[in-house]
Amino acid sequence: MKKILAVLVEDKPGVLSRVAGLFSRRGFNIDSIAVGETTEPGISRMTITVEEDSPTLEQVVKQLNKLINVIKISNITEDPAVSRELMLIKVQAEPQNRGEIQQIVETFRGKTVDVSPDSMVIEVTGDDEKLEAIKLLLQYYGIKEIVRTGKIAMVRGSKNSAGN
Amino acid sequence: MILKAFQEEGVTRVFGYPGGAILNLYDSLYDSSICHVLTRHEQGAVHAADGYARVSGKPGVVTATSGPGATNLVTGIANAYMDSVPMVVITGQVPTFLIGTDAFQEADITGITLPITKHNYLAKDVEELPRILKEAFHIATTGRCGPVLIDLPKDVQALEEKYNYPQEIDIAGYKPNVEGHPGQVNRAIKAIKNAKKPVIMAGGGVVRSGGYHELQEIATRGNIPVTLTLMGLGGFPASNHLYLGMPGMHGTRAANYALMEADLIIAVGVRFDDRVTGKLDAFAPRAKIIHIDIDPVEIGKNIAVDIPIVGDLKRVLQALSRRFQPGDTAEWLDKVNQWDKKVDLNPEPVDNKVIKPQQVINKINEITGGEAIIATDVGQHQMWTAQHYRFEKPRSFVSSGGLGTMGFGFPAALGAKLARPEETVFCIAGDGSFQMNIQELSTAVYYGIPVKVAIINNSCLGMVRQWQELFYNRRYSYSTFEYGPDFARIAEAFGAKGMKVDQFDQVEETIKTAMQEEGPVIMDFRVDSTENVFPMVAPNQPINNLMMDGSDV
Repeated sequence: MKKILAVLVEDKPGVLSRVAGLFSRRGFNIDSIAVGETTEPGISRMTITVEEDSPTLEQVVKQLNKLINVIKISNITEDPAVSRELMLIKVQAEPQNRGEIQQIVETFRGKTVDVSPDSMVIEVTGDDEKLEAIKLLLQYYGIKEIVRTGKIAMVRGSKNSAGN
Repeated sequence: MILKAFQEEGVTRVFGYPGGAILNLYDSLYDSSICHVLTRHEQGAVHAADGYARVSGKPGVVTATSGPGATNLVTGIANAYMDSVPMVVITGQVPTFLIGTDAFQEADITGITLPITKHNYLAKDVEELPRILKEAFHIATTGRCGPVLIDLPKDVQALEEKYNYPQEIDIAGYKPNVEGHPGQVNRAIKAIKNAKKPVIMAGGGVVRSGGYHELQEIATRGNIPVTLTLMGLGGFPASNHLYLGMPGMHGTRAANYALMEADLIIAVGVRFDDRVTGKLDAFAPRAKIIHIDIDPVEIGKNIAVDIPIVGDLKRVLQALSRRFQPGDTAEWLDKVNQWDKKVDLNPEPVDNKVIKPQQVINKINEITGGEAIIATDVGQHQMWTAQHYRFEKPRSFVSSGGLGTMGFGFPAALGAKLARPEETVFCIAGDGSFQMNIQELSTAVYYGIPVKVAIINNSCLGMVRQWQELFYNRRYSYSTFEYGPDFARIAEAFGAKGMKVDQFDQVEETIKTAMQEEGPVIMDFRVDSTENVFPMVAPNQPINNLMMDGSDV
């Protein structure tokens, strides 16, 4: 099962490579990682999705905690949370298919952000399930390229996701 | 400014080697009261600082230049990291405006050492430097100790910033836990009281934290037998009747059997390394495990733990020793006492021309009474030292445990002797290992560091040869030296005293002569090259599956 970690880190040079390097050298499986600033200057937040069982996850958390630049880690897998990911898909689109594709995009509340003579670029946001579903539908037309941001997540209600 | 920070941190000695990108720092060392030891290779400097730190408990400080100077430190930094040795490493770097351009002698040393330092810094801004220096010493010497590297571009070194060393420190992401959780301590007390077959397994953490008196108190008052891992040797006196010897791959029968039969293992500052546990799922099948360690990562990393206690060992052991009540272990001790706590020493040879390596170590032990500081390299001689030298004092065994670095012993012995000039310091080396940092003979002679080196010279890479004999059908692939140098003459050429020994009846006299010499001495003991280290547990076997000789492979 996928686990989501909200990690507060100091915004220092090399912090991303410290975190990424830890995963690769300890053999932990990282599914996605997304980094961005927080409301507090000098502190960034990483949302890391990992596919690990519990004992390994415990090691992941402890090892991350050991990094000096890591301030706080919260496992928000079990918390009621909203999680989103943004995906850009470049799909093969001959003029006669554009209408159909546009309908799919609208069903998923996506947006067409670029059209060329034989392709379209579609932007869609959502959770895993939704992104997989639209991907499956668009495969029929031929997907040329996909870019995903990695998942970001936030706990519902007034509680801060990092546990503050 | 850097030197002022050193003084503030109580640093009196640094080990290093100069070069272009660190010239500014060396310029200020020129007339500084801080004593700089010039080794003959950066690896020598970093191992010497390591030995210095292990023996003194103070951080070892190393300086080197950029590029090759910095990369030559890498093995030594990794070595210190694996064995949790406090160390601050300062490397020069090309000027900030050249970083990233593949400039002359540029290497990304912060990138390279990322996985082998506790933390590292590239100090690009001189205003940040005081804080970085303060943090570096703090991080290196607190919690689970380790090496911290500061990479210092040449132009940053050249700037004279107003000196303002911070007194306070606040690192948001670094707050090591010192006191053990009282609830877990209570559970441990209960478990000890109820245990019928308890064993204490103590490691390097006991030596580092200084908790050996507390450990002794708990063991003797609780009548609990003690085994010490390689890193823990000296943490409990070998002469104590509760001492079982070392556990694991080359452990004693008593230590390994006791762990396998125990109903409670009190693991203190150990990390359940594969060399100790053998086959992991077969390890200590009946034992409840109390694991006390400063580093939460170690708890549950290799083995499931019943009672985890994270904290400084000395503090936790104090808390335990104040309140624990001994259980009834009389029956258990009777049983444990039936197993060999010592490894059989090879009998003195019939043929005077054949020196058994164990006998050399035994003689050093007899002559020094277990009171000397012993540094070793890595391999058979290291294991024989661990088995046959009876360490009585903490911080007296200096050896590369985790990384297993050949070439560590000699420079580390130099550092150890500089840290504790009043002590007798031996380096027990192999003929392979010694050649890996033989250039440090210059350092020893130049500074007059009277380290006594005993080379256990078996004309081969003994441990490699042993594995080839036991597990690779005696195919001795590149492990034997058909040609070996005359170490005594090499020593003389460097200006040290050299002695070659190939008769058994000369061993004792040679060691005594060496101890009377004022300067460094190299003893070249030509020993039986077919000798193997036993007992031995084959890799990934349960640790009670001991081979006592090669016949059962």
